[in-house]
Amino acid sequence: MSSDPLALGLAGSGAAKHKARRANRKARVGRPGWVTYAILGFVLVLSAYPLYYSFLLGSSDATTIARTPVPSLIPQGNFGTNVARVISADIHFWKAVANSAIIAVITSLSVVFFSTLAGYSFSKLRFRGRGPLLVFVVATMAVPTQLSIVPMFIVMSKLGWTGKLEAVIVPGMVTAFGVFWMTQYLETALPFELVEAARVDGCSMIRTFWHVALPAARPAAAMLGLFTFIGSWTAFFWPFIVLGSSNPSLPVAIQLLQASYFKDYSLILAGVTIAALPLIVVFMFAGRQLVAGVMAGAVKG
Amino acid sequence: MSVTISLPPKGAAPDAPDPKRIAFRQKLGRWDVQLSPYLYISPFFILFAVVGLFPLAYTFWVSVHQWNLIGGQGKFLGLDNYTYVIGQPQFWTGLRNTFSIFLLSGVTQTLTALLLAAVLDQNIRAKTFWRMGVLLPYVVAPVAVGVIFSKMFADQSGLINALLDKVGLGPIAWHAEVIPSHIAIATMVNFRWTGYITLIFLAAMQAIPREVYEAALLDGASRARQFFSVTVPMLRPTIIFVVITNTIGGLQIFDEPRVFDQTGQGGSDRQWMTITMYIYELGWGPQKNFGRAAAVSWLLFLIIIAVGILNFLITKRIASDGPKQPKVVPASTAASTPTSASAASTPADAVTSATASAPRARRGVGSASEGAPS
Repeated sequence: MSSDPLALGLAGSGAAKHKARRANRKARVGRPGWVTYAILGFVLVLSAYPLYYSFLLGSSDATTIARTPVPSLIPQGNFGTNVARVISADIHFWKAVANSAIIAVITSLSVVFFSTLAGYSFSKLRFRGRGPLLVFVVATMAVPTQLSIVPMFIVMSKLGWTGKLEAVIVPGMVTAFGVFWMTQYLETALPFELVEAARVDGCSMIRTFWHVALPAARPAAAMLGLFTFIGSWTAFFWPFIVLGSSNPSLPVAIQLLQASYFKDYSLILAGVTIAALPLIVVFMFAGRQLVAGVMAGAVKG
Repeated sequence: MSVTISLPPKGAAPDAPDPKRIAFRQKLGRWDVQLSPYLYISPFFILFAVVGLFPLAYTFWVSVHQWNLIGGQGKFLGLDNYTYVIGQPQFWTGLRNTFSIFLLSGVTQTLTALLLAAVLDQNIRAKTFWRMGVLLPYVVAPVAVGVIFSKMFADQSGLINALLDKVGLGPIAWHAEVIPSHIAIATMVNFRWTGYITLIFLAAMQAIPREVYEAALLDGASRARQFFSVTVPMLRPTIIFVVITNTIGGLQIFDEPRVFDQTGQGGSDRQWMTITMYIYELGWGPQKNFGRAAAVSWLLFLIIIAVGILNFLITKRIASDGPKQPKVVPASTAASTPTSASAASTPADAVTSATASAPRARRGVGSASEGAPS
């Protein structure tokens, strides 16, 4: 269809879409029948229902839940009270929200900045060892870093960082995927002429980056920031180990909620619902970009 | 093209002030040009060395020592930690559970995603809406998914059992029994990831030139035949990529089984305790033994590499088993990147084409095997 799916996805320009649509139409005359839409509708129900189920039970109460395993599709009125109970529960709710927000925002900004910097260098600057180094970056994506929790924990205790947000933020400040993603994007999106012009005008290297490369990288950077934000908002394993229950992130708090109030699922699922809500709101506004990002080659993990 | 090598024009000021200062500024400019590229990429390499490479080696160091959460490093033990954990039945239970959950989720996920991508790859109305629909679960945290589904799969008064009851099937002990608990956990994983993988496959499918399908249609190939003889073989690099990332992630699964019940032990008989949960239990559970936890980490690392290679070989086989001219397809995959319009200027592109930006490479694939249907 388009020459570069990355650019297509990121730019999302009307022209590219229009072209794609026309090409599609030419190739496949006529639209698919109702079976297709029935399948898609069924899948849509499967993806949305568990979330709605969480809300339904979160707006119910313990006895109703025990009595009716299949909840009625109309929510009951207890969501507010349940949320209030979550907030006053012994899980440091507001602290968890603040922690998650701080971690996600700082990590995203940092990943975007350092990845763009490295991506600019890899795609537009010439230096010895550039090719092998880029191969190395890609190869590191396959290293299962989760397995290094024991030494990481030892290092964090030596630094005195256990239970502190630094322990979660610092290891995630730049990712191989981010570097690779920005390199790919800037390769096509930033013309050499622009870099050249800035240099001729007397910009230093860093000013060239700041005034030329960074603005050009904006669409891809926004998408990378979005994916990083989702990734750190939903991360559990490492925060669970290193932060502990006294200074939790939101997923850690949810696990705590489940562990301490397991008899009352209305409370637990009210907590789950409000914890999931921010990203669902993000999804409503930026879902289109997320779809484009995954299709442009976002890597799982 | 090598713009950046050229010296900054600052030194060539017309009214030549102090020659020493010019020399200094020139030197500064040259340093700027030569060192900046390395400076810009250095954050990644420093961080990877500190949180990626070093811990991997250090894990091995810890694993051959007596090492406790409280006491720290003790005496050298050689391979004692390894022999200890290999002698534990829990280690093998964990291994069995991890593989069972991984296979249950990985296989269904990949197959469902392929079929769903084929459905989405039609000329449907409101494309973006349906695509967003499949991606929605991705923004829900695995822990949240785990908690929601652990309630749905509750043994008593759970949604799934109630629905099964309505169609006349007996209740299933989702938490008490081994395979049902694995199915429940695999369902959580599939819920979150199937849509994501579907979109990756969809992107790859859309990069297949439509002429290939037209040719297949002229030859009288049915829809199913088109799917198996054209689509699947052409998606080979993407399928390999998905299977490999699935392996790396799937064998480390922790979040979903951790919250499948409130205790996080993996069940009373460890029915669903995975290897990563076992690592956690050894290191942060009652034993607080880092040496043993590190030993299991290293074993899992080796297993992941072995399974990754095995998967690569299997996927290569399966995906290239297209009925028509199976030999043509394998010859023209990742290696054919440079033939396409994409500027394959670095050796990295050969690697990368097999991974993330697969659609780029596939243009080359398409043109190379166009002759197949005749």
